[in-house]
Amino acid sequence: MSLQTSQQPFHARVSKAFENAERVAAVRRATVRFYDQRLTALRSLPDAEATRDLARAIRAHTIANLDKYLTQFEAAVQALGGQVHWARDAAEARQIVLDIAQKTGAKRIAKSKSMISEEIGLNKALEGAGLEVIETDLGEFIAQLAGEHPSHIIVPVLHLTRQEVGKVFASKLGVPYTDVISELNSIAREKLREVYLSADMGISGCNFAVAETGTICLATNEGNGRMITSLPRVHVALMGLERIVPTLSDLSVMLQLLARSATGQKLTVYTSLITGPRRANEPHGPEELHIVIVDNGRTRALAGEMAEILYCIRCGACLNVCPVYRNIGGHAYGSVYPGPVGSVISPILGGIPAFAELPHASTLCGACQDVCPVRIDFPTLLLRLRRETVRQGRSPVWVTLGMKAYAFMAGSPGRFQLAERLGALFTRLTGGGWFKGQLPGPLSAWTRYRFFPPFNRKTFQARWKERQSNG
Amino acid sequence: MPDTPRTVSLFITCLLDTLFPDVAQAAVDILNKQGVHVRVPSGQTCCGQPGFNAGYWDEARVLARHTIDLFGDSDEPVLMASGSCASMIAHYYPVLFQGDPEYGPRAQALAGRVVEFTQYLVDHLGVTDLGAHYEASVVYHPSCHTLRGMHVDRQPRALLSAVRGLRVLEQRQPATCCGFGGMFAVKMGDISGAMLADRLDAFEETGADMVVGCDISCLMHIEGGLRKRHSRMKAMHIAQLLAEGLKA
Repeated sequence: MSLQTSQQPFHARVSKAFENAERVAAVRRATVRFYDQRLTALRSLPDAEATRDLARAIRAHTIANLDKYLTQFEAAVQALGGQVHWARDAAEARQIVLDIAQKTGAKRIAKSKSMISEEIGLNKALEGAGLEVIETDLGEFIAQLAGEHPSHIIVPVLHLTRQEVGKVFASKLGVPYTDVISELNSIAREKLREVYLSADMGISGCNFAVAETGTICLATNEGNGRMITSLPRVHVALMGLERIVPTLSDLSVMLQLLARSATGQKLTVYTSLITGPRRANEPHGPEELHIVIVDNGRTRALAGEMAEILYCIRCGACLNVCPVYRNIGGHAYGSVYPGPVGSVISPILGGIPAFAELPHASTLCGACQDVCPVRIDFPTLLLRLRRETVRQGRSPVWVTLGMKAYAFMAGSPGRFQLAERLGALFTRLTGGGWFKGQLPGPLSAWTRYRFFPPFNRKTFQARWKERQSNG
Repeated sequence: MPDTPRTVSLFITCLLDTLFPDVAQAAVDILNKQGVHVRVPSGQTCCGQPGFNAGYWDEARVLARHTIDLFGDSDEPVLMASGSCASMIAHYYPVLFQGDPEYGPRAQALAGRVVEFTQYLVDHLGVTDLGAHYEASVVYHPSCHTLRGMHVDRQPRALLSAVRGLRVLEQRQPATCCGFGGMFAVKMGDISGAMLADRLDAFEETGADMVVGCDISCLMHIEGGLRKRHSRMKAMHIAQLLAEGLKA
């Protein structure tokens, strides 16, 4: 299972995240900056809210008619001379790419950023078959050298400081240590140029796939996407089956929001529209274009009450605004997809047992829904998943017992008043006032960070009753 | 003052009833001064939000049914001085009883009657200046479910800015969650603690005397945290600040 990036329990991953104060600070700085830039960028649209409404309507319509648009897209790609492959799951997707590599005799593969390639664990499979795979997105390149998973869906090494990057370069590339960003960029550029020119296969992701034209759209900032989709003789594009938009004009709506929501840019530096492989009269471009459309659990979501998560355009705005993500960073989620979108999509794609804590790792504050360009109702989706974790018996026993006891006590006014009196007794026995001690067991999590307020001897309702009978 | 006395039903909510009865009383005092007749249907417990948020929908339904029965089928506004409980009824009671022929429509009806305390004062009564006087500097913490669930933000800010002697300061990233989140505060204690610390720092950086809000659950968590770090800041529910300001 490659969606899962860690076998450690959730709480251990969180503790580990808190141990590295420098990284917590780096994540906070970067996410707050992206959030602020997003606000500024949205203001440059004549009516950002109307654009978001339109984008949501486009996504809702597309997901509701996905079969039609996927079929249309496939036909359009084939008409252009491209090949479309359908993968039911991660294993099929890996095998398809491997087969293409073997059939075309590819040995050296240059990749641009693709979250779905992370999701299906592609690199490991290709390397296992003796192929050389090089990530060319700067962030992914650093992550690959460092042997780490990306911690953010847009900014893979958001958690690293430039000093850490300098150390990675020095130890893995054998260059003198530097933490000057322009020098680090030059080192990467020099190394990657050679990769672009020598790779015989390029693997990219796909931000959007346009059904009417068979076009795939890549939004990148470094130009690497353009290099690896045009220089090598074979281009393989991976896409989740929900990446579709019906028309080019729909695409333009989504593009107005994608970069603004992601990094606060009006557009990414490069927006590549790739329509078919090299044509007979064209000097450049790959001889073969393969598009691998991956399901890997998505149609399961399509059928049920979680379909809304498929509207997601992977901008990462929900990660940047999320107070939980800001504090624990991406790795603690233990999934290729962290943050609010990850807490929803991971258990859907990978099953509740592997990701049972993620839907609960949220205060339901709704900041994610607020910033989502397509207004996904994250709180409601998280609540439905929480109900599912309870149904599947994945809630801790003490929580279940506590919730049953609470529902019983608050289920009748008489029992509720008894509980209130017990609370008041607790306050009296512990000296009155705010409780400053440590509560036992799971409740110690409260008292570790806060005092607990006193239960009043006389509840509001008791006072009210008294006053009514006196008055 | 409105021309005709109005009647509202007050849903006290469990935390106010048990832990902060003075805040509930303050809300009643303010309403009475505005000529509003307050009814308190007896036998109130809890709206069911803790269970619902933790994934225990069957347990939550027991409490929600009780609440729906208690507040009956009149068209009186149901007033709540707690944004998250209000949001629970307004948004999630209909979800809880989707497809239920009896409670479904009743949940919808109750959802439509829920009004948050400051929303009632400002939007229904049309009052922002209660005539209160309070010498202090405060930050307003917009609790998430008050802000995003009930879309209540300008109302408490308007009420606060009309209080004479009160200086309202702004903290950095004001619309950031304090980390309470009900069961989250216990189940995800360390994350909740880190989120709390971030907010307490933001409040303290302003140099304000107090943090004021509309949701007692967040305020309980915030004040508990302020006390634990021996801060000179206090937390206060807006009803209490306004009521005390009226006594001055």
